[in-house]
Amino acid sequence: MPQPKPTLATTFCGIQCPNPFWLASAPPTNCGEQIMRAFDAGWGGAVWKTIGEPITNVSSRYSSIDWEGRRMMGFNNIELISDRSIEINLQEMAEVKRRYPKHVVIASLMVESKRETWHDIVQRTEDAGADGLELNFGCPHGMSERGMGSAVGQVPEYCEQITGWVKEKARTPVIVKLTPNISDIRMPARAAKRGGADALSAINTINSITGIDLNTFQANPNVDGKSSHGGYCGPAVKPIALNMVQQVCSDPASALPLSGIGGIANWQDAAEFILLGCGTVQVCTAVMHYGYRIVEDMQDGLLAWMAEKGFASIDDFRGRSIPNVVSWNQLNLNYQIVARIHEDLCIGCQLCYTACWDGAHQCIHLDRTAPAPDTTRAPAMVEAEAARRISTTPIPKLDAGGPGSTKAHTPLERIPRVDEHHCVGCNLCSLVCPVEGCITMERIENGLAPQTWAERTAAGITPGGACEVVNTK
Amino acid sequence: MSGQTSFVEQAPNHPETSARFGDLHPPLDKQAAIPEANRCLFCFDAPCTGACPTHIDVPRFIKKIASGNLSGSARTILDANILGASCARACPVEVLCEGACVLHRFNKQPIQIARLQRFAMDSLHASGAPLPFVPGAETGLSVALIGAGPASLACAAELRRRGIRAHLYDGRPLPGGLNTYGVAEYKLPLVESLREIEMLSQLGVEFHFATMIDAEMLAGLEREHNAIFLGIGLGAIHRLGIAGEQLPGVTNALDLIAGYKSGERTTVPARVAVVGAGNTAIDAAVAAARLGAAEVHIAYRRGPEQMSAFAFEYEHARLEGVKFVWHVQPTRILGSESVEGLELIRLAASADGSILPQPGSEFSLAVDLLVLAIGQGTHSSIFADKVKLERGRIVIDRATGQTSDPKFFAGGDCTNGGREVVDAVADGKRAGIGIAAWLEATLAPA
Repeated sequence: MPQPKPTLATTFCGIQCPNPFWLASAPPTNCGEQIMRAFDAGWGGAVWKTIGEPITNVSSRYSSIDWEGRRMMGFNNIELISDRSIEINLQEMAEVKRRYPKHVVIASLMVESKRETWHDIVQRTEDAGADGLELNFGCPHGMSERGMGSAVGQVPEYCEQITGWVKEKARTPVIVKLTPNISDIRMPARAAKRGGADALSAINTINSITGIDLNTFQANPNVDGKSSHGGYCGPAVKPIALNMVQQVCSDPASALPLSGIGGIANWQDAAEFILLGCGTVQVCTAVMHYGYRIVEDMQDGLLAWMAEKGFASIDDFRGRSIPNVVSWNQLNLNYQIVARIHEDLCIGCQLCYTACWDGAHQCIHLDRTAPAPDTTRAPAMVEAEAARRISTTPIPKLDAGGPGSTKAHTPLERIPRVDEHHCVGCNLCSLVCPVEGCITMERIENGLAPQTWAERTAAGITPGGACEVVNTK
Repeated sequence: MSGQTSFVEQAPNHPETSARFGDLHPPLDKQAAIPEANRCLFCFDAPCTGACPTHIDVPRFIKKIASGNLSGSARTILDANILGASCARACPVEVLCEGACVLHRFNKQPIQIARLQRFAMDSLHASGAPLPFVPGAETGLSVALIGAGPASLACAAELRRRGIRAHLYDGRPLPGGLNTYGVAEYKLPLVESLREIEMLSQLGVEFHFATMIDAEMLAGLEREHNAIFLGIGLGAIHRLGIAGEQLPGVTNALDLIAGYKSGERTTVPARVAVVGAGNTAIDAAVAAARLGAAEVHIAYRRGPEQMSAFAFEYEHARLEGVKFVWHVQPTRILGSESVEGLELIRLAASADGSILPQPGSEFSLAVDLLVLAIGQGTHSSIFADKVKLERGRIVIDRATGQTSDPKFFAGGDCTNGGREVVDAVADGKRAGIGIAAWLEATLAPA
């Protein structure tokens, strides 16, 4: 039966969105002209660069870390909120909404912690036509030292109180943006929910120092020889963000519609955030790196994946992975897997061998051509043997079997062997293996019924001395 | 090295030749080297290291490039191979380290080990830092090394690091042997070979140039030194033994290559033929093409499948426009005052695999310069009553380089019949370690 064509159109806390791809409150949403170009490129919404009393920025403001020749694996900024006046921002917002009525414009707000001030800015912003408000309780630098941003987000009571003030006035949905710079993100999330928030967004940037110049001994980004901690984002933070999203979405006292943020650069990232419960996703670093045009493939790729999986809408798969993440004590202790090396794919790099010996459980051996399995030969012995071998440059006419002659097949002595009896199923070998599908982790039927730690302790059969850290919350 | 002029300063400077013999494999810059270094999987017991005759720890030096530790990278290379910069350029890596790269079995693009090695070595040279090793504490022992090619240089470096004096004797005015005079300039420029040897000589190697060794001198060296290393290489290129070989315009590949590298030859005439199809023949043919020949032929008595040149050298020659004439044998060199042509006869394989001339199939090529590249003879006969020879090659214990006379060690082409620079370095290194071990054992108080 043919599936209906999937749609990206979705509703987030009552706001109709052409698609779930929003630009996060950041430099790509500095001004109306930028946001209109972004909408033309295909973005469904934009959270306006945080509006408040204008600030003074420093130069420089950004720094990043590269990874193995790739640029901007992680990105850091010490830029503050909008450096333009509230009036100009709101005038432009009104113009954007007039010209793009179907696109979502969310106003990110940050003002001093006074009830009247918040009431005033809410009123003016909604008058300008914002579809919703995002309260910036997350900015980790500069503003926090003035009692705003993460200084609010880190104290659940402030979070609840200011959310409450905003809700007294607001007619549009109120989204509270959470800071990750806190030991348990559920605390401010619960506070925001108690304060009446309609939705949450997470995560804001993570406190960071991206690096030190080894010639000048100065940190990045460099402002006249000094630096300051900034907010970390980009691909590097995605796993941290996914965890916090999962924590919020699986906690009934926190759960609200959630706009996911943190290292999202493509449709696959977006799908993962949605699977853990997000209704929309926000992007900044990837756009700062490659421009608004990246949204084309985000739409295209997500639609293709939805069609393949038979999902008609975002809601069809939103939160679908939440039940698959549980606390450790709910995991099946009797589930057993072992590594299998597929000889036909093995290229003989032996990374699995050295990783298992030095980083895991000494269950992979280089003894396939030995007369009997030898589990005693350690890596240093293998290397010492190799160093004693005499090799020469092959002369085509004289020497068959030079190094180039085994290009097609890996010689058996280079293919490691897994000692399945001792393999603990940790995954490490399959993670370091450079060839996809070469090492697979395969289930061993051990005949044991599933049993979790929780069940084991409840049954009173835990080993002596074992204990569990009990979460008192 | 005692107060002699810098070798590099003695290198001939011929901008026109340099321009014609630009790098076959251009250097990597930093932004290309780092991603390439990061592409290396860092194999355990890496096949590239195993394939390298000197066992350079390839993944280790590559990861040091990736981490920005360029001096450590160069030190890793030099520790295994004191001619690491030369080998980075001269090695046939397609059949060595890069040929062994496991990525051939994955995405088919091996790591560019040679270019990374050159990057590390060039960085060391550009930094002006000294050789990252110091001589060992002087032991009072001393070794004479005959020949100053790669084998002797590598042996000398091992000896110096162990505090043993090393005196090198060579007939040429500059050190390096074929590393300096015999490698195609687009792979390894003469000046780069000298630059590397200059660095090596910081270990306190003593050179004696333009010195030919005879029996009497050898006896003297044997008395003065605790051991002798023979790194004498091979002798002259074989002759065809046919009419006309004495004509002007008949030369051999090694003379042609040494001639243009040293600046004595800057051009060749229009029509050049090379006899032989080994790697040296290819180097000579390509050199002829680059020196301005309009037409270059390689004549070989068997077919492409039997030639001793590496497949990539053959492809390179074809790209340079060299034409191959297979299954032919020279019968006569034509010409009165000088070479005018080469008469060839076609050969056919017989039932028993031997190849037989086909009577009446003679034809000739018009040739102005004939280059012989049919293998080198040996010149080990003056040592015949000292050490055991086999078909002119000096017989050694592969692991130590020791010959039948325990005081004599040998390595390089004179023992292996003619292989690569890296094989000579490996031989010399093993012999240097072997000599030190032998001296320690024999001189140890009972």
